[in-house]
Amino acid sequence: MDNTEAFDKFKQCAVEVLQVTPEQVTPEASFAEDLDADSLDLVELVMALEEEFKITVDESELEGVETVGQAFQLVSSKL
Amino acid sequence: MLVAHPTPDGRSGIRGRRVAVTGLGVVAPCGVGRDAFWAGLLGPEPDGPRRVENLDATPIYGPKEIRRVDRFTQMAAIAAAEAIADAGGLDGSSGLSVDPDRAGVMIGTGIGGLETIEEQFRVLQEKGPRRVSPFLVPMMMGNRATADVSMRYGFRGPCEATVTACAAGTHSVANGARLVSSGRCDVVLAGSAEAAITVIGVAGFSNMTALSTTGVSMPFDVKRDGFVMGEGGAVLVLEDLERALARGVHVYAEVAGAASTADAHHITAPSPQGAGAVSCMEQALIDAELAPEAIVHINAHGTSTPANDLAESQAIVKVFGTPGPAVTSIKGITGHSLGAAGSLEAVALALTIQKGQIPPTAGLTELDPEIHLDVVTGEPRAWTPGPALSNSFGFGGHNGTLVMTPVS
Repeated sequence: MDNTEAFDKFKQCAVEVLQVTPEQVTPEASFAEDLDADSLDLVELVMALEEEFKITVDESELEGVETVGQAFQLVSSKL
Repeated sequence: MLVAHPTPDGRSGIRGRRVAVTGLGVVAPCGVGRDAFWAGLLGPEPDGPRRVENLDATPIYGPKEIRRVDRFTQMAAIAAAEAIADAGGLDGSSGLSVDPDRAGVMIGTGIGGLETIEEQFRVLQEKGPRRVSPFLVPMMMGNRATADVSMRYGFRGPCEATVTACAAGTHSVANGARLVSSGRCDVVLAGSAEAAITVIGVAGFSNMTALSTTGVSMPFDVKRDGFVMGEGGAVLVLEDLERALARGVHVYAEVAGAASTADAHHITAPSPQGAGAVSCMEQALIDAELAPEAIVHINAHGTSTPANDLAESQAIVKVFGTPGPAVTSIKGITGHSLGAAGSLEAVALALTIQKGQIPPTAGLTELDPEIHLDVVTGEPRAWTPGPALSNSFGFGGHNGTLVMTPVS
């Protein structure tokens, strides 16, 4: 899976879970500020990403993750 | 309604503030919204389980949040929005304009988010504990509906959920009225909601042989053989009567009294001869400072189970004699919506008083010869509104009675 394909899948998960538009899901977008996502929203998003990419993300790995770009990096590092 | 009851040592009761019903909101299988609900109560009896079709609380919650709100909470939210609008809205010259610290919410339920529990248990089994929704707990908890409504409207007074099975709605309205009567609150949103027509819910009620095998709800009928599952939610705006009159809002009725008693007998069967129901209705009359002869109508619990309807009728005869007040059960139409029933029926009673018409007991064709009540059947009966009761009885031996009176 190349990076673009992976990001598209990531975007799809975010759109579905956070009910935002695909255009809002940019690498710079902040979960809290731009996507109106709180900590439980992120837990749900991570679940969707784990399913989609067949990966496991520990809670501790989410510390400091504030933007879409950071979260995508975490995901792609496991692919 | 009394704020202090007469005691055995001779102290007399103390009357509290009068409590007005100034807004109604209802989500029921026979109609969503006050007018549709009333029309449904006067209409033909539907078939099978009584589901609320096309429920949509998205306008209230938005597309993201709606997926995280159980069906029972959605019903309560829709009912609360309608009730507030009916009472003139929150703000503005004709609105409630209530001090948030003196505004309460009492929305109960019998079970809570059963559909959510069922769905998430399936996820647990199929995908393991790591896939269980982080929203499971706030979706399933029985206090979610009452919490949501207080958050939406900023009501910061007492906010609680009474969980007394099929008496939860009546107890919630009673508890809300008590808060207004005592002076603790000026406005209370009181009601209940239930959405338990799920695979496991139906299986549970069915296996305890509470459900009708024919799927026909026929309260007080000689052939009745159980209740038909229903669901729904209703909310009443309860308000200090003087305040309501001062702001010129329509008053449907007064909640003039209420009572709660326990059978202390059996977890599902009513006490013999409806003894718990007898004491509940008697206590309600004490609370309303009314003699039995003053009561002209009873909106019965009337579930269509052999045991409930017989025990309730025996209790009514014991308190009021024969023929006694005109009795009806709306469960021929609504089915038994469990924890929602009491608030649905409180709305029905408020409308019965407003319209001067008693809805008939649908499904009843041949009155059980052991039931010596004046049951309204066939057509709605015109009446001169007077003091009336609404009864609810729940598994666990919980009894609840409301007294409503017209306000002249």
